[in-house]
Amino acid sequence: MIAMNSFWLTLSTSVPVPKDLPLPLPLPEWLLILILVVSFLAHLVFVNLMLGGTLLSLWAQIRGLKDKKFDGLAKEIAATITVNKSIAVVLGVAPLLSINVLYTLYFYSANALTGLVWIAVIPLVAIAFLLTYLHKYTWKLFEKNKAVHISILAVATAILLFIPFIFLTNINLMLFPEKWGVIKGFLSAMTLPNVFPRYFHFIFASIAVTGLFLFWYMSRKSYPFEQVLPGFERYQIQKMGYSLALIASIGQMLIGPIVLFTLPSKGISWTLILVIFFGVALALPAMWMMWKGLQAPKQEIGKNFYKVVMLMSITVIFMGSGRQIYRANALEPHQKLVKLRTEEFENRKREILENKKQEELVENSKELSVADLGKKVFNQYCAACHKEKEMLIGPPVTEMGEIYINNKTALVQWIKSPGKKRENAPQMPGFPQISDDDMNKLTEYILTINNE
Amino acid sequence: MDFPMFHLDWLNNRMLIAGIATLHVIINHGLAVGFIPFVTWLEQKGIRKSSKNQITDLKWDQMVYKMMKVAFIITTTIGALTGVGIWFSASLISPTSIGSLIRVFYWAWFTEWLVFVTEVVLIMIYFLTWKNSNSSLKAKIRHIRFGWFLSLASWITMVIIVAILGFMMDPGNWTNNPNLINGFTNPLYLPQLFFRTPMAMLMAGVFGLFLITLFAKKEHEIRHYAIRAASKWIIFWSPFTLLGAYIYYKAIPEGMTANMSTAVGTIDFAQYYNLLKYIIIGGISLAVVIATVGVIRARIVRAYMVVVPVLFVFAFLGFFERVREFVRKPYVIGQYMYSNLLLEEDYPVYQKEGVLKHATYTSVSEITQENKVQAGEEVFMLACSRCHTGQGVNSVVDVFERMMGTKDTLNVNTMKAYMPNMHTGRNYMPPFPGNEAEAEALAVFIRYLQDTRATIEGAQTKGVDINPNYSVEALIKKQQN
Repeated sequence: MIAMNSFWLTLSTSVPVPKDLPLPLPLPEWLLILILVVSFLAHLVFVNLMLGGTLLSLWAQIRGLKDKKFDGLAKEIAATITVNKSIAVVLGVAPLLSINVLYTLYFYSANALTGLVWIAVIPLVAIAFLLTYLHKYTWKLFEKNKAVHISILAVATAILLFIPFIFLTNINLMLFPEKWGVIKGFLSAMTLPNVFPRYFHFIFASIAVTGLFLFWYMSRKSYPFEQVLPGFERYQIQKMGYSLALIASIGQMLIGPIVLFTLPSKGISWTLILVIFFGVALALPAMWMMWKGLQAPKQEIGKNFYKVVMLMSITVIFMGSGRQIYRANALEPHQKLVKLRTEEFENRKREILENKKQEELVENSKELSVADLGKKVFNQYCAACHKEKEMLIGPPVTEMGEIYINNKTALVQWIKSPGKKRENAPQMPGFPQISDDDMNKLTEYILTINNE
Repeated sequence: MDFPMFHLDWLNNRMLIAGIATLHVIINHGLAVGFIPFVTWLEQKGIRKSSKNQITDLKWDQMVYKMMKVAFIITTTIGALTGVGIWFSASLISPTSIGSLIRVFYWAWFTEWLVFVTEVVLIMIYFLTWKNSNSSLKAKIRHIRFGWFLSLASWITMVIIVAILGFMMDPGNWTNNPNLINGFTNPLYLPQLFFRTPMAMLMAGVFGLFLITLFAKKEHEIRHYAIRAASKWIIFWSPFTLLGAYIYYKAIPEGMTANMSTAVGTIDFAQYYNLLKYIIIGGISLAVVIATVGVIRARIVRAYMVVVPVLFVFAFLGFFERVREFVRKPYVIGQYMYSNLLLEEDYPVYQKEGVLKHATYTSVSEITQENKVQAGEEVFMLACSRCHTGQGVNSVVDVFERMMGTKDTLNVNTMKAYMPNMHTGRNYMPPFPGNEAEAEALAVFIRYLQDTRATIEGAQTKGVDINPNYSVEALIKKQQN
């Protein structure tokens, strides 16, 4: 009882407590969580590359208006977007499935409350993707009309910049059942605390990841750098990649605390703080190595590249885990209440079913006349449209009784294949499937109703 | 009941899922499963067609590449997104059923996802390495072999997803033993696979023919050659499609009978079923006609002539999906969950105590004289809104007017009396889940809809009202007593 009260205290008033689906999880919870966290991070890296790539390509192409070589750079980056976006989408399915199965009530409730914008993700992303292809395959066509060509990419970028808001709003809203009762549509959910800080956290991450990707992609020995990017030196691009990653990481150090402080206190625990602290602690040496690389002579800029990537990846895993820890903490008390409610309902159901069974036993022990049995047949096939004494869709049974009182064969014939007689009623469908035995009981009921 | 109810009062909720899903299936069958083997086959023809000193016929190869480009762009944009869109829309419209299905089919979908990831990676390799592979004969042959691998991967996704579809239609198994094997052993599984495979090939052939007429210039000799090739492909697959469709068509009533609580033969199903027959014959013959013209007189085939067969073949598949959906009624998960998302086993509770009493999100939990319209709206949301609207497609007012055969004012008492029995005469309807007072409130509300033409808002715009019985405060109070 005391334990119960302590977790109620963490919840504010008017919090809905729905009942859960009465089906077990398909796998142990920890395994599902592992799949969720890992597959989500894999998805996110490619989303980062897609978004970062679009932003970078747009920037380079605009710069290319004055400095031709940047136009070439934009084209090279743009070529990676369409590949990364395909991987991003396909990798998104596994975390989507996992969050659906783990947090069914929470995720779907948030989806419904922001429904129109949530479903708009589908056409919006499809349009953005089509635009990236249009952009990719029209470099020649729009050579003389750069404004149009850049606008295509700009529209795609704008859409892709908006999409994270939708996901963040949903993923944020699902954590706060106490807000569900006051949310009216997407905009009110978007303005809940923490959505905007997390958004910028995500944008910075995209830039950092894309910076490192650019470094790797264009440092590859197999990459014909001089042919593809005339006017550039490989070192320039490497420097650009590192600078982007470093600046974005510094940005993360600034926005990170804001994300943490705007998180509602209910999910914060010492474990969470510790995990985030470790993540940050590993990013610092990576940032130091990038800084050193930028200071070093040309040939040595990439000396520590793989160490940087390794450390940053571990940071990302820590941050991803932190996110899950917060989610688990925040929802745990509510999940307990849901469990109580679900059990309460199951108990009530058992009681009612038990009573019903008793009643049926009593009912079945009675001796029934043919007409009483006929009434059961009537309820099965006819009651949708006919009542005993009143007109419903079709005429009352008492009227049938009067019409067919001495003509059972005609009644059977009519039931099997009826015609249309009445102005005020639609035509009745035929019931050839009623067995002779049932038909006998049914007509007995109809024809004796007026005797009662 | 336990989820905020998203509702589209004009489009109809099921139409949202159906629209997205049908588009996805068309792209999946016509531009992936069927199209990739078709394109690989054509690519291979390029080698045969070329002279000894060439790797492949370059003009031909260019045309086939362009066709693949169209398929590649569409599948990786609209195709991929509508696939995700099925999840998104189902989570909005049908959260309880999709949530339950995932709890049972997690592994099946996970496996499908792995195959799907492979498919996407292969399709990218296939398409993006096309031009480079033209550098040597060895590379080209490897590229073609890759195409065949990709064809197999696409087909395997179909093999798995059909099992999932099959399971949802298979009666009974859900409650006894919900596992995926039932999906494969279900009586509709093989017929469906038998139908969908050649159907995909046929769609690809017809769509491919259309692209050929666009991409191969009239003066080029490859145009006639390509039209003839595509036509032969269509003619080859047509009998298999016809046979598959016939087997599937014959198998449907079997799946249907078992699913229905009472016997077969509702008028509505019979209508669909009859129409299906004509659509099968019409769709396939149209494709065969254009293909025959293609074989005999390739030079007269123009793009506009192929438009109608393309649309017809696509519609053909869409119609099959519609019938497949219909077969599931009145359930969304056979013998377990009704299409209103309420569990069959929970019905006794709702019918005794009312759906409103047990709903987490409702503004009314006790019906009084004053709140009938409002209560009726809540009942509508819980019991009808997944398939019916207030004013739009399949509106509840329309169905009552049609049934009564008149546009006159609907009678509240008649409607009220009709509710508890509607499932007996109309087998595709689930039984009314509520009690008598709720049937009356619903009838009053339907009449109110008829009189006012009011629009019903969903949770996505008006938010939710929380039933005071199921707030945390109420639980605290209960614990104290």
